[in-house]
Amino acid sequence: MNKMQRAMHELSEMDELAAGSSPVHALHPAAKLITTVVYILVTLSFDKYDLGGLVPMVLWPVMLFQISGTSVKTCFYKLRIVLPLVMAVGLFNPFFDKTVLLQLGSLSVSGGVVSMLTLMLKGVFCLMASFLLMATTPIDSLCAALRKLRVPKLIVTLLLLTYRYVGVMTEELAVMTEAYSLRAPGQKGIHISAWGSFLGQLLLRSMDRAQELYSSMLLRGYRQEFYYADHRAFRRGDALYMLACSSVFLLLRNVRIAELLGSTIVR
Amino acid sequence: MHMADALLAPAVAATMYVASGTVAGVSVHKLKKDDEPQKLPVMAVTAALVFAGQMINYTIPGTGSSGHMCGGMLLSALLGPQAGFLSMIVILAIQCLFFADGGLMALGANIWNMAFYGCFVGYYLIWRPIMQSRWFGEGKSAQRARIVAASIIGCVVTLQLGAFSVVLETSLSGITELPFGAFVALMQPIHLAIGLVEGLITAAVLLFVYESRPELLQCVEPAEREGSKRSLKAVVAILAVVALVVGGGLSLLASSNPDGLEWALFGNAEEGYAENMGLDEEDFGVSSKAADTAGAIQEKTSFLPDYAFANNDTAAGTTVSGIVGSALVAGVAVLICLTGGFFRKKKSS
Repeated sequence: MNKMQRAMHELSEMDELAAGSSPVHALHPAAKLITTVVYILVTLSFDKYDLGGLVPMVLWPVMLFQISGTSVKTCFYKLRIVLPLVMAVGLFNPFFDKTVLLQLGSLSVSGGVVSMLTLMLKGVFCLMASFLLMATTPIDSLCAALRKLRVPKLIVTLLLLTYRYVGVMTEELAVMTEAYSLRAPGQKGIHISAWGSFLGQLLLRSMDRAQELYSSMLLRGYRQEFYYADHRAFRRGDALYMLACSSVFLLLRNVRIAELLGSTIVR
Repeated sequence: MHMADALLAPAVAATMYVASGTVAGVSVHKLKKDDEPQKLPVMAVTAALVFAGQMINYTIPGTGSSGHMCGGMLLSALLGPQAGFLSMIVILAIQCLFFADGGLMALGANIWNMAFYGCFVGYYLIWRPIMQSRWFGEGKSAQRARIVAASIIGCVVTLQLGAFSVVLETSLSGITELPFGAFVALMQPIHLAIGLVEGLITAAVLLFVYESRPELLQCVEPAEREGSKRSLKAVVAILAVVALVVGGGLSLLASSNPDGLEWALFGNAEEGYAENMGLDEEDFGVSSKAADTAGAIQEKTSFLPDYAFANNDTAAGTTVSGIVGSALVAGVAVLICLTGGFFRKKKSS
């Protein structure tokens, strides 16, 4: 499987997940979007040494994974992109910040180690939150919600159209890459002599295709307005979910639940 | 160069969202005023193509490694800066939402670092001036040379700006302990090489488009007659050497003085450089009653924790009870998983 085929596989996997049914899938997309943004903001606002405060934030994604029945494996597969950069930045912390923050018997834990762990956890938590949003919300519903949140029509329609064509273009390039590699066995990528023509040819064809696409849109009655099939109203339950989750996040941000729990056991 | 959410503090992420949002608003306004509805499908299809094109491996001759394309310069040369910027936003949004490349909160910063510089700085300060200039003379071959020069200079400069912004945003967020100067010295040379390769790929694609359909390119007049022959290889070689010299010089300067910015602002009294810009680190900033009041208000309303105090007792949060509590939380999480699994099994049986 080449890179593009893998990308197509990932896209269809997300589409399948989003098409599922569960109480989380049934929530209004705007409520889910806002809750996710609040969760990420609260998660990011924890101090870089506040590992203890940050840990309880794991409960929300864990609960959503369970209620929506979403595969955790698919989510963690996506970590391969996020973690390397976060780690590249965080790995320097233990070398530069050697202030001892905690003494566990003979083991002294430095501030750098704590801040590195906090950074990585933040990375994982934020990824889980956005993954859960997309795994429980189809793109059309999300775009309808974005329109309701007053995101300009041009951007939302462009997002929807591009998403539709990402599949088509990726498939075409996957076929072209496969054909190229079969004719150039043992070669790692595209040779410099074909750098321009490889993508250029498809680009020229795509420009013609865009014209045909526009004609067909006009024939189907496109008048610079896109109508969404998803007309689900924002119900009281959605507002309740949004408010309850946001309050819990703020509570976890301000009350040190982990320490309180711990102090009931350790004196 | 896609930044993850974890690398940004909420205040920095929000600022970048506002900055990118403003530029997006202006772009939408401009496109609305132009009133070209047929441009929308062109933008969508080109954006989808660039998205897919970013996954192609281009072999770099003689090295065994391969390069990639980011696409900001390519899109603005084909669609114009505003349409290119919006297309880049959509590409970055799809990458962040479906592939976890970047983050939802970091999207504003990523748009700024990759789309704004590539499309606006790249177009208005590099592509357009070079294409409208008389560099390399008249005729078709001079035009080709200008396309190559604009692509390479554009990609190198915009990637350097983007990389510098990544460092600035991460440092302002207080995420890394890596000194600012060292971080810059690490990022800039890497992105110089990436920018060079990307510039060459962009140039190759744009040259191909120029040969077949020159009317598709912005600011390019289709030249009828063939001008004096000028070797493209020579242009590329000269640009590569210039970029390497400039980049190498800059990185040497940065690494020999790792805290260059701080040093330049505040001086280093121990080393005898008390002068520089003559600023006193303690009294840095404006001192007035209004500023004090603003500071007090900011302190009260600030959502962003102060990252500066490493030994803050309340911030440490790593007491033994904290650890035990975290373990309990982990236990609760496992319990939720088990309960969920139990109910699902029951439902399916």
